[in-house]
Amino acid sequence: MANAALDPHAAIATTASGLGPALTTADGQPLARALARSQRRARRRAFLLVLPLLAFIVITFVVPIGQMLQRSFYNDGFSANMPQVSAWFAATERGTDPDDAAWTALAQDLVASADARSIGVVGTRVNYDMPGTRSLFTATGRQVRGGLEPPYREALLEINDSWGDPRLWSVMREASTPVTANFYLSAVDRTRDEDGRIQQVAEQQRIYLTLFWRTFWLSAVITGLTFVLGFPIAHLLATLPMRQSNLLMILVLLPFWTSLLVRTTSWMVLLQQQGVVNDILVWMGVIGGGQRLQMIYNQTGTIIAMTHILLPFMILPLYSVMRTINPSYVRAARSLGATSWTAFRRVYFPQTLPGLGAGAMLVFILAVGYYITPALVGGSSGQLISNMIAQHMTGTLNWSLAAALAALLLGAVLVLYWLYDRLVGVDNLKLG
Amino acid sequence: MAVPTYTSPLERIWHYTYLAICAAIFFFLIAPILVIIPLSFNAEPYFTFTPAMRSLDPDGFSLRWYESLLTFGMQNPSAEGWAFWSDAWTNANWVKAAKNSIIIGVFSTIVATVLGTLAALGLSRPEMPFRRAIMAILISPMIVPLIITATGMFFFYSNPCELLVLVGLDPQCGRLAGTYLGVILAHATLGIPFVIITVTATLVGFDQSLNRAAASLGASPRRTFFKVTMPLILPGVISGALFAFVTSFDEVVAVLFIAGPDQQTIPRQMWNGIREQISPAILAVATLLVIFSIALLTTVELLRRRSERIRGVTPR
Repeated sequence: MANAALDPHAAIATTASGLGPALTTADGQPLARALARSQRRARRRAFLLVLPLLAFIVITFVVPIGQMLQRSFYNDGFSANMPQVSAWFAATERGTDPDDAAWTALAQDLVASADARSIGVVGTRVNYDMPGTRSLFTATGRQVRGGLEPPYREALLEINDSWGDPRLWSVMREASTPVTANFYLSAVDRTRDEDGRIQQVAEQQRIYLTLFWRTFWLSAVITGLTFVLGFPIAHLLATLPMRQSNLLMILVLLPFWTSLLVRTTSWMVLLQQQGVVNDILVWMGVIGGGQRLQMIYNQTGTIIAMTHILLPFMILPLYSVMRTINPSYVRAARSLGATSWTAFRRVYFPQTLPGLGAGAMLVFILAVGYYITPALVGGSSGQLISNMIAQHMTGTLNWSLAAALAALLLGAVLVLYWLYDRLVGVDNLKLG
Repeated sequence: MAVPTYTSPLERIWHYTYLAICAAIFFFLIAPILVIIPLSFNAEPYFTFTPAMRSLDPDGFSLRWYESLLTFGMQNPSAEGWAFWSDAWTNANWVKAAKNSIIIGVFSTIVATVLGTLAALGLSRPEMPFRRAIMAILISPMIVPLIITATGMFFFYSNPCELLVLVGLDPQCGRLAGTYLGVILAHATLGIPFVIITVTATLVGFDQSLNRAAASLGASPRRTFFKVTMPLILPGVISGALFAFVTSFDEVVAVLFIAGPDQQTIPRQMWNGIREQISPAILAVATLLVIFSIALLTTVELLRRRSERIRGVTPR
């Protein structure tokens, strides 16, 4: 037989007849080793198919996010441009009053930085921890460009006596090391006082914890609403005959396939004070013409629009689980004397829990990170933490604080994603 | 759905209440999408049904907002014939946005589908090592909040060579932010999870012995793939590609962060329109997009049925 070396059956036939102590392939290799090798080859081949995509995702997605996270604890805006005063901070204890050496270092750094046109960067970095100081740096920079006469302390205080503020020195000390946890402190409404102790910021400035709390609370409300609205629909679709349920399924899939911006726009049109819903209510006489309801640009708007947008993500997993539930269990319960409520509660509902878990998890994860819809219909009270990240990215340009907020949000989402993978398994995710 | 004969009157009432509740929820799902269609033909710049519209007076309806989509941003909207169309094609904002959306959507779909299908083939093999972990990483662009993804991409695409600096190289390379390539890569990243999910779902029912049969009849692996595997998984691949295309077509956050003024897409144009001065022209765009999504949905549904038929899976 010419092809004996390639024929595995021949090998098994000879070895199984008990001729040798160890099983070998036709060309004399131990069978175990040949098997291991071929499995290794199959594994390598499978991995090579995945490798291009894995590399792509790592380069365009994982690494950029890692880089962004690095920004949340690393900012060399001060330390790179103010080397001498940074060195003085490194050499002295916290709480040391600035001496002549410190003033000299500060003045020389300011002059050098002003000449190198990097003083704006320095001021911006200090401004993050002590609002209002950016203009102090830039204004001083304009005056000292080209040189400054000693005694430096008096010269700087003459330009602006804020330079003597111990709080400013404390903040500069904080900024003098590029690695800092201060952005995380800001992200949870904490700050350091002059002595470096961590304390809460003034009450009217506490915004981030409130926002985190609101984000999670609104997401939970939206998840609850999608459950309440999605459960009957999924149940109806799962119990109707195929032909009818396929037809009704289109009503669920159409919103799923419609652009997010289209759906958000629709809600803006519907819920406006001069919009369709208010018109109908006035026409029906539920409310008077002068008391049109404010249903948008507030939390109500965010909740309604997001519930509508995320509803299909609840219905689809619930439906795919409900479809597999055998109706004879409920019938058996009924025949044994259970009322329909008891049969539902003790027999049917527990079987839907995997779908409910998958749907609720998915909706919650998606809701926590929503940006577009709250930005358009949320007004000021319906904004979520994502909107604050965007605000710091494009408005105040405090990228490190944006990164710290993003890191906290990402941490929460990853924990939820991990739970989702444990409970549902990402490979069970289905779309449409 | 008929009520069983043994139900009590109370249960009967509950049953019809339940159907009414379901009808109301279906209304909630679908009405907001459909209500904007008649409103886009409003002759007045309002977002509500005018008395003329309610009385079905033809004067209450007009195509002016559709026309404005074509003429908005044109240099000479009063031109006639060929000059009008060429002006609209090169200058009108919405036309430019549509062109950009299609270019970016098509190329990002190609990247996502090719890479995603290969990976799904690898992931569906039983020998695949670290299957679950790799799957989790590949799906994560869908799970990580878009704002975080966009923020990361904003830094990376502004200076993509920063990565190489970390390993000791100092090459010069341009920005990816503000280029078509940058937006295409970003959208491909966001579309990949959808391709992976749909193609792996198709491969679950795939019979590996077909490949072995082809090989035993002397087909090369390449021939086996194109003649046996590909035709069978094609419906899944196409619907994955459609998902990727829609993701790109509908994406606005990454575009806001990394695209330049030249890469204005339809969603970004809508976003600007909604934020600045919302005019019923937005509703005209929205109507066109709804029609577009109905077409896509129909395609996907037909593909799904075809896939079930050729794989011999009886529908449910």
